[in-house]
Amino acid sequence: MTRRYSAFSLFVEGLRGQTGWAPAWRTPKPKAQYDAVIVGGGGHGLATAYYLAKNHGIRNVAVVEKGWLGGGNTGRNTTTIRSNYFYPESVALYDFALRLYEGLSRELNYNVMFSQRGLVTVAHSEAEMEIAARVVNAMQINGTDAELLGPEEVLKREPLLNMSDRARFPVFGGVWQGRAGVARHDAVAWGYARAADRMGIDIIQDCEVEGFLVEDGRCAGVETAGGTIRAGAVGLAVAGHSSVMAAKAGFGLPIQSYSLQAMVSEPVKPCMETVVLYPGTGTYLFQSDKGEIVVGGGIDRVPSYAQRGNPPAQRQVLSGLLEMFPAFGQLKLMRQWAGNVDVTPDSSAVLGPSPLPGLYLNCGWGTGGFKSIPAGGWLLAHLIAKGEHHEISRPFDLSRFMTGRLVDEAAGSGIAH
Amino acid sequence: MQLFSCPFCGPRDETEFHFAAEAGKTRPEPAGEVSPEAWSGYLYAKSNPGGPSREIWQHVTCGEFFLMERDTLTHEVAGSKALRGQRP
Repeated sequence: MTRRYSAFSLFVEGLRGQTGWAPAWRTPKPKAQYDAVIVGGGGHGLATAYYLAKNHGIRNVAVVEKGWLGGGNTGRNTTTIRSNYFYPESVALYDFALRLYEGLSRELNYNVMFSQRGLVTVAHSEAEMEIAARVVNAMQINGTDAELLGPEEVLKREPLLNMSDRARFPVFGGVWQGRAGVARHDAVAWGYARAADRMGIDIIQDCEVEGFLVEDGRCAGVETAGGTIRAGAVGLAVAGHSSVMAAKAGFGLPIQSYSLQAMVSEPVKPCMETVVLYPGTGTYLFQSDKGEIVVGGGIDRVPSYAQRGNPPAQRQVLSGLLEMFPAFGQLKLMRQWAGNVDVTPDSSAVLGPSPLPGLYLNCGWGTGGFKSIPAGGWLLAHLIAKGEHHEISRPFDLSRFMTGRLVDEAAGSGIAH
Repeated sequence: MQLFSCPFCGPRDETEFHFAAEAGKTRPEPAGEVSPEAWSGYLYAKSNPGGPSREIWQHVTCGEFFLMERDTLTHEVAGSKALRGQRP
């Protein structure tokens, strides 16, 4: 059986007629008891299991997923990875994820196709250029890469941008993060799943967690469709369904769930180099490796668990696209879809112990869950293994909504929700 | 395009409406005796149900706030009701 992926194994399997590949992970029956159970088999849940085994030697772990691996927001996002935030706490968190992404394909022996093609956030006026300079300064002080681009430098990268003198949102320049990029979303979930499985972690799909086992005021496991699974600690990584699970555990969260939609065009020849975001339109886009133009924007402003987008938000995103790239008016859309995102009042994640002892939270990523997968997994694993915060996750504790020490990235970096 | 019904103006395009908050929250009083936990819960904790939901919406066009009952899974609207003269 071929276990390790490499150019050599691909060559050998080619000669053998591809008959020697092993399944990437097992399909085990759940045991009665684990040291830790992770609820949610998306990127964050699978990464948590992987880092529990790798960083902390805790291998008696199960990931319990109600659907299929990566079938939630991990498979529904626009795959952009960046750390262009304003506050030091945020850059520490998202740049940690970006650094882990930079070595992820090698670490997991799975090509996640991380392509660091850079991201430009365009400024549309002199005043916005001043804010852009402030963001660049903040990012550099916080220790991540950032550069202020003039209009020529933006257009050199994206010559198809709307440079008409009648453009509603003209290009004055922009914030450039060269290490930002895109990755293959399924590969991130599958890569973590395969690497976790190799270290003995049980990945249990098609098994919905219906409640929590509470003994002496402590979370002692989960109740699933397939029976009770006892656990020393439980991690919750269920994104847009966090409030529903929290209600089963008896507490509320500062989260509202919305649909976030995205769409892709038919594939066309290479015409875009980078990821482009217009704060003016709220639309961002890039060209996938297959040639499709991948387009996203802000959330649908109707509380929802529907995992589908409403027409008004789609219309807004697409009208923004045409303002930015008039040449794309001829493109045909191939697919449109939506994920169910967990939005907090300060647009920052919630990481830390929950009000129910023994249950730990990884949620509130809102529209930024995919880019944070390695960090979210690393930090939740730390919380479960040590029972206390990593220094990077501490500012994102649930208690900030009581102390008032919010990490307000909606104001800091102008997140669109 | 979905139509929401304003109790004052009738059915209108969803883009004319703004989601304000979940219904049924009561501001804890008196302010001097409210614990940080209770105040934080009032400000930030949301029930955020997946399914039937009672919500306060604003019809931005006429400015009126009202109660709307809808389903967050199916987006079906059960009805809307004026808030004037009653507690949600």
